[in-house]
Amino acid sequence: MRTAGNVASASREPRAAFDVHRIRDDFPILQRQVYGKPLVYLDNAASSQKPRRVIDTIARFYEEDYANVHRGLHYLSERATEAYEGARAKVRSFLHAAQEREIVFVRGTTEAINLVAHGFGRKVLQPGDEILISAMEHHSNIVPWQMVCEERGARLRVVPIDDAGELLIDEVEKLLGPRTKLLALVHVSNALGTINPVETVIEMAHRRNVPVLLDGAQAVPHLAVDVQALDCDFYAFSGHKLYGPSGVGVLYGKAELLAAMSPYQGGGEMISSVTFEKTTYARIPAKFEAGTPNIAGAVGLGAAIDYVNSLGLEAVGAYENEMLAYATAKLAEIPQVRLIGTARRKAGVLSFVIDGIHPHDIGTVLDREGIAIRAGHHCAQPVMERYGVPATARASLACYNTKDEIDALVAGIGKVVEVFA
Amino acid sequence: MSSELRELYQEVILDHSKRPRNFRALGDEVQKADGVNPLCGDKVTIYVVLEGDKVKDVAFQGSGCAISTASASVLTETIKGKTRAEVEALFQSFHALVTGEADAAAHAVELGKLAVFGGVSEFPTRVKCAILCWHTLQAALKGEGETVSTE
Repeated sequence: MRTAGNVASASREPRAAFDVHRIRDDFPILQRQVYGKPLVYLDNAASSQKPRRVIDTIARFYEEDYANVHRGLHYLSERATEAYEGARAKVRSFLHAAQEREIVFVRGTTEAINLVAHGFGRKVLQPGDEILISAMEHHSNIVPWQMVCEERGARLRVVPIDDAGELLIDEVEKLLGPRTKLLALVHVSNALGTINPVETVIEMAHRRNVPVLLDGAQAVPHLAVDVQALDCDFYAFSGHKLYGPSGVGVLYGKAELLAAMSPYQGGGEMISSVTFEKTTYARIPAKFEAGTPNIAGAVGLGAAIDYVNSLGLEAVGAYENEMLAYATAKLAEIPQVRLIGTARRKAGVLSFVIDGIHPHDIGTVLDREGIAIRAGHHCAQPVMERYGVPATARASLACYNTKDEIDALVAGIGKVVEVFA
Repeated sequence: MSSELRELYQEVILDHSKRPRNFRALGDEVQKADGVNPLCGDKVTIYVVLEGDKVKDVAFQGSGCAISTASASVLTETIKGKTRAEVEALFQSFHALVTGEADAAAHAVELGKLAVFGGVSEFPTRVKCAILCWHTLQAALKGEGETVSTE
């Protein structure tokens, strides 16, 4: 028990418990070198690396239990179905969803959002209706809505952000109108690192009976998410940013909303009966999982969730915050560097520009130092436009990054400045 | 700095990226074309004035990385006074150089200053940066006014 009397020792506790070097040992790829230098992997917002537990689980699944799911009567099909549905149960518990049938496996966040645009957007949108998004969305939370708006004669409206990269909450209130049919908002911005005040926004939207979709791709690796406490209507995330495999992701949707939605794709698995005259669709979530799913991917995602739970997201978040604060202070010491995205609540994303040096040149020089960052528009061109830059360099953190690696980044940036000064 | 990086960012390239030559617009009445790399957001506009079959004047504008800016800058210096056929032949040699299909030494004479881009071949992700302006030039010479994209 922590009491007021031992605050000092309690505040040291997480650091002592969070042994980053032991965690690094869990990730085989972190032991390798690139260009003869130790790998410094700071491109975690694009995709994170995989712990041995995930790699081994997938390998063992293929070696021992693999078959198609939900159809076979044989032993392996039962085993595979158990593993696949077991992963669904893990996702439910991870998101604190009420029911397993509210968890739909998809390819990733992008497909999850497209599924809602198709199954919900196309169904409810009438000409003149509106979808509300924000100015800090990834293209995957812009383009699907644009497509459905164009098709239905609806309008896409955008909540602006301030110079720090924070959502203008008052504008949310103003833009939520009688024609708003959905609010689709990023939980944590991939380009800026901003953690949006989603609780407040959801409350505002619900007061007007507007359902809310959260793009959680960048949030789930860093924050504990409770979809029931948030009361969000849809939540989307990808496995590969959560130390899981690529090609698998999740759409959470409230059961009554999912049940009322049209299927996204037709095919096997999603039907209850088919004749040439009429097809009756399966119940949720099968209705949205046409065809053979990414079975091993889901199983791997389940293992990734187990792994993250074993670390504890709270401890991970606290450690990453410490790294973020350290990196922010270190970058601030380099006069040529300008941070893009300085929200008060941020996850481990450091987007930056250096006057007169293009981010791609920064990326190339750092790469040869063994430092992997992302350089470009991060699939968020409107964000780049908002800040008047064609692109940024972005270092993004995960649970396994260290202060030494941040020091290596800072030294690398020093080399960049030297080359192009 | 590694030797590959030194090869990539040679003095000539750094100089042209910081002080690009012929970096201006030539007005709307001349032949021009736009080029974009949607993956990185690089943009370039190439303007050409032809006199008969020869490039009388050429200039560019845009924004991009050191490689793409320097490439466009050296391009404008290199092709002035050349015929369409000579420009096309240069592009072929340049293409072979940056994709690593030919080495700079073997083509030193025809490539001239363009040979400084030989280091690009060690950086496959940067080949498009070097080549975008050349594709855009081809479009400008055709006078079709379409936008060239690397993707």
